[in-house]
Amino acid sequence: MSTARHSPARSIAAHAVLIAYTIIALFPVFVIIVNSFKSRRAIFADPLALPTAETFDLVGYQTVLKQGDFLLYFQNSMIVTVGSLFLVLLFGAMAAFALSEYRFRGNSLMALYLALGIMIPIRLGTVAILQLMVASGLVNTLTALILVYTAQGLPLAVFILSEFMRGVSDDLKSAGRIDGLSEYTIFFRLVLPLVRPAMATVAVFTMIPIWNDLWFPLILAPSEATKTITLGSQVFIGQFVTNWNAVLAALGLAIVPVLVLYLIFSRQLIRGITAGAVK
Amino acid sequence: MAQRKPIRWHVVVFLAPAVLVYTAIMIVPLFGTLNLSLFNFDESGRVFVGLRNFATLFGDPRWSGAFWNALANNAWFFAVHMLVQNPVGVMLAALLSSPRLRMAAFYRTAIFIPTILSFVIVGFVWKLILSPIWGIAPGMLDAVGLKSLFAPWLGREGTALTTLALISVWQFVGIPMMLIYAALLSIPDEVIEAAELDGVTGWAQFWKIKLPLILPAIGIISILTFVGNFNAFDLIYVSQGALAGPNYATDILGTFLYRTFFGFQLQLGDPHMGATIATAMFGIILVGVCLYLFLIQTRLRRYQF
Repeated sequence: MSTARHSPARSIAAHAVLIAYTIIALFPVFVIIVNSFKSRRAIFADPLALPTAETFDLVGYQTVLKQGDFLLYFQNSMIVTVGSLFLVLLFGAMAAFALSEYRFRGNSLMALYLALGIMIPIRLGTVAILQLMVASGLVNTLTALILVYTAQGLPLAVFILSEFMRGVSDDLKSAGRIDGLSEYTIFFRLVLPLVRPAMATVAVFTMIPIWNDLWFPLILAPSEATKTITLGSQVFIGQFVTNWNAVLAALGLAIVPVLVLYLIFSRQLIRGITAGAVK
Repeated sequence: MAQRKPIRWHVVVFLAPAVLVYTAIMIVPLFGTLNLSLFNFDESGRVFVGLRNFATLFGDPRWSGAFWNALANNAWFFAVHMLVQNPVGVMLAALLSSPRLRMAAFYRTAIFIPTILSFVIVGFVWKLILSPIWGIAPGMLDAVGLKSLFAPWLGREGTALTTLALISVWQFVGIPMMLIYAALLSIPDEVIEAAELDGVTGWAQFWKIKLPLILPAIGIISILTFVGNFNAFDLIYVSQGALAGPNYATDILGTFLYRTFFGFQLQLGDPHMGATIATAMFGIILVGVCLYLFLIQTRLRRYQF
């Protein structure tokens, strides 16, 4: 191959830029985590130093666990995220299968209708959603959040999954039909396992905005019993704004779960994106 | 043949849950909101006022000042994203996709991390870093002898909005990076090899061969950025509060909608004007999306390999 493409100088320059940007990307996370383990005095004295034996202090985490109901918030976030993720994947895959597999009148119109939601944010309907939830008595319940997030996640899920389902071999499905399998069995037993990588991609894209959302928890479910972790830490920060140990510890606790989930899924996510979701 | 085909119930069963939830929670409330913007209260209760709410929003000095301010701020917020986020994203993706780059997976994973963090974390940590009291930023500038450059950027009317836009860019640059990276990977090797045989390498290769091929991806990213920005709320709310201080310098349509609908401090919430603002946002987003679909996307050349 030509040397122009792989000259060492070029490669060093590429690494330098990427390392510099990686530092910019990770620096704030580093600041939070490091300082959350330090005593108050050390946080102010030298914010960038790593905790040493002298400055190591868990007082922030103790305050958080004592004061905030973080375990409950965390549980609420988990219920909402997992619940809506399950519904988005199930309903989304079913609709995507119907759209990609069967020819019926209004098929492309239906696809267009379901894709509208990708471009138009659900937040613009908030005023009426709140009225609907008040009327049906769902305000301050996790059900309200799950329903809203399911509706929010469906358009993109249907869009991506139907692209992938078009790629599932027809021969396989025909063989299933000849063997007398019902359409439902074909969907659940044959097609779903084959689109698992696409489901993982959709799962990550659906999960992150739900976990991080502040708008709907603030409006639909702000009560103490239904606060999600994002809203909970926002309120906690508001109350403890001068207690830096506690605030940093709360932020640290809010980062960890989503970071762990991301690191688990990241390989799958990148594979899903590069498999041609953009084309 | 007069006989109709029987209804295939399984198609209905497959489609029904998604269509029902989507229609009931998303489409109906959206039109409910559009409808609500045509009403207002007077002495006799709720009355139909036609487009008068919009006249108030655009023309009445009590409302229009705040609205045009929020719209202008929102436009600037979007402009910063287009000028900084997308070029940086393209650059990072181009570097990442260079052949035989070691540790590419590590960079990709690390640079995407800010995108997964919640706005609460992002808003607060940048407030801490830029805070003149705690002062990681002034300390670091001091270390390189540039302390005089430091200012409380988030607290000044002139710089607060740009600072917040740059924070948002920092958070979301991973998305254009990933999508363009995927687009770059999908360029077939033969095309690149043919370019090299013709002596087109390095920068020239990027500008003349790769960039035209990834333009559709850049188009998609631009429209996603547009929709996201004109719908943004969380970052401003978390770092500057619902009042979008200082002195409304960081007020965008999302925070304006929130304040109007739910009220703040002494002002009562107003569902009708809130719905009017939401409808105006809907119109802006719709116009933007249509302009993109009809003017830009149809002119983008797509290449099939």
